[in-house]
Amino acid sequence: MAIVGRHPWRTATVHILLILGIVLLCFPLYLTFVGSTLTRQEVLQVPMSLMPGDQFLENYKRALFRGTNAPVLGMLWNSLVMAMGIAIGKIVISLLSAYAIVYFRFPFRMLCFWTIFMTLMLPVEVRILPTYEIAAKLGLLNSYTGLILPLIASATATFLFRQFFMTVPDELVEAARMDGAGPIRFFKDILLPLSRTNIAALFVILFIYGWNQFLWPLLITTDPSMNTIVMGIKQTVPQADDFADWPLTMATSVMAIIPPVLVVLLMQRLFIKGLVDSEK
Amino acid sequence: MLFAAIAMQKKVYFRGTWLPWLLVAPQLIITGVFFMWPAVQAVMQSTQLPDPFGLSSQYVGMENFQFLLNDSTYLESFATTALFSVSVTLMAMVPALFFAVLADSVIKGSGLYRTFLIWPYAVAPAIAGIVWLFMFNPSIGVASYYLKFLGVKWNHVLDGDQAMLLVVLAAAWKQVSYNFLFFLAGLQAIPKSLIEAATIDGASPWHRFRTITLPLLSPTTFFLLVVNIIYAFFDTFGVIHTITLGGPERDTSILVYKVFADGFVGQDLGSSAAQSVILMVLVGALTVVQFRYIEKKVHY
Repeated sequence: MAIVGRHPWRTATVHILLILGIVLLCFPLYLTFVGSTLTRQEVLQVPMSLMPGDQFLENYKRALFRGTNAPVLGMLWNSLVMAMGIAIGKIVISLLSAYAIVYFRFPFRMLCFWTIFMTLMLPVEVRILPTYEIAAKLGLLNSYTGLILPLIASATATFLFRQFFMTVPDELVEAARMDGAGPIRFFKDILLPLSRTNIAALFVILFIYGWNQFLWPLLITTDPSMNTIVMGIKQTVPQADDFADWPLTMATSVMAIIPPVLVVLLMQRLFIKGLVDSEK
Repeated sequence: MLFAAIAMQKKVYFRGTWLPWLLVAPQLIITGVFFMWPAVQAVMQSTQLPDPFGLSSQYVGMENFQFLLNDSTYLESFATTALFSVSVTLMAMVPALFFAVLADSVIKGSGLYRTFLIWPYAVAPAIAGIVWLFMFNPSIGVASYYLKFLGVKWNHVLDGDQAMLLVVLAAAWKQVSYNFLFFLAGLQAIPKSLIEAATIDGASPWHRFRTITLPLLSPTTFFLLVVNIIYAFFDTFGVIHTITLGGPERDTSILVYKVFADGFVGQDLGSSAAQSVILMVLVGALTVVQFRYIEKKVHY
């Protein structure tokens, strides 16, 4: 609609509607921020102020170093370890297996492929109880390994790298072979550098996926010192209004939201690429 | 065939006997331990009935499934899930399409609008639940306070319909960003000349949207339909668990939530496993639908 059908008042309406949409979409988060800057009494006052208060430092300090069951600082660290572990782990095992499946012929190649591919189908939520039992049997409760390993058993990333490898020209392999480079050299010096953007885009998506996990950490970490922030927040929510410490809950929420949001905003291009790629 | 296409391989390849195995080993081991084993376990447990003390269990065949299919709370959970996922999908897709059309039509600032509209995607479902719970808390929530002036007495803790509405809103809210992004990309791929030609022919904006934009957008729409339904089915556990715990009375207890509630809270292992197996079949069916979509795209 660039050339025709453009009136100044229509353009203005469009902008107003878009701004209205942004305000609506962002209002819940604004309110969360406001809640995190008020005193407990101020939050319980009905109706709550819609302007930020002066308790910002106070509330965030209280959350970071004391929290409800565990200090938020520790939970942030656990979340970071989990998100990084899931993102890096998934990328590494997927790169390797995709490389084997695309560039080699070996017995049972198809069986391997389908075994991996089948995991695409089952989100952890579906097989939650038996997975938990197995993790318990292997002694993985309350450990980083337990938080990370079961969640990197997914084939999305493998599939993605496979798709990308298929677009890499065959001539590159031939050239590498003529230069006497073996499969490991080819992978390290040619394929890996070519996959850089894909790896980065996938990393952004997987980091958000790992950071935002809720059900799995809820089951596998019974020790408060191993809680991640997204699951730990549930325990700060008051059951009865009398004991409510909403400012603490809201400050924790804000801190849980900031890292993945920063990743989206700072790496917007990679984020969009990753999102579009992983849904193909 | 798509499946043949997926299994396709390079014409030029390396030889090696142990190296490829070494490369696939990590993925295969993790898949085996955390996917195959639990899946087999779920199928086995679904045919067993543990004794009340959990010391032993006996084989009961399809009894758990028969029991489930005659269990009115399970069938209700199906209805709840259907209502929930259709509502979430609609609430997440319609506004997204609306804003994508608007953002596509502006010349200046569309990148800025995009930035502001996509960042709620990064909010975890569980956090979305907390945020909306804070707004709609019956006694202190800002939204429930102002709803009073509209004559609405908000109490989702007691009112099942309000509880459903709240979890739908919270679940749909962050998904709007995702849909917006894909709709905007879809819209930007439509050749502007088509729309300009229709404008010159005197077609009104609504007519242009209905007869040109919407049909050309249908692959995106179909894809988003499947993705949103899968999201509503499986990824919304955090929203339910933080806002309603499946209540009041199980009014918001969707299938995934029931697997958790029966297995971990109710300790009814056989039933929970049978529910897992039914869900696995459901996911399988949804995945096939999704592949059909890919297949279509491959043939374009």
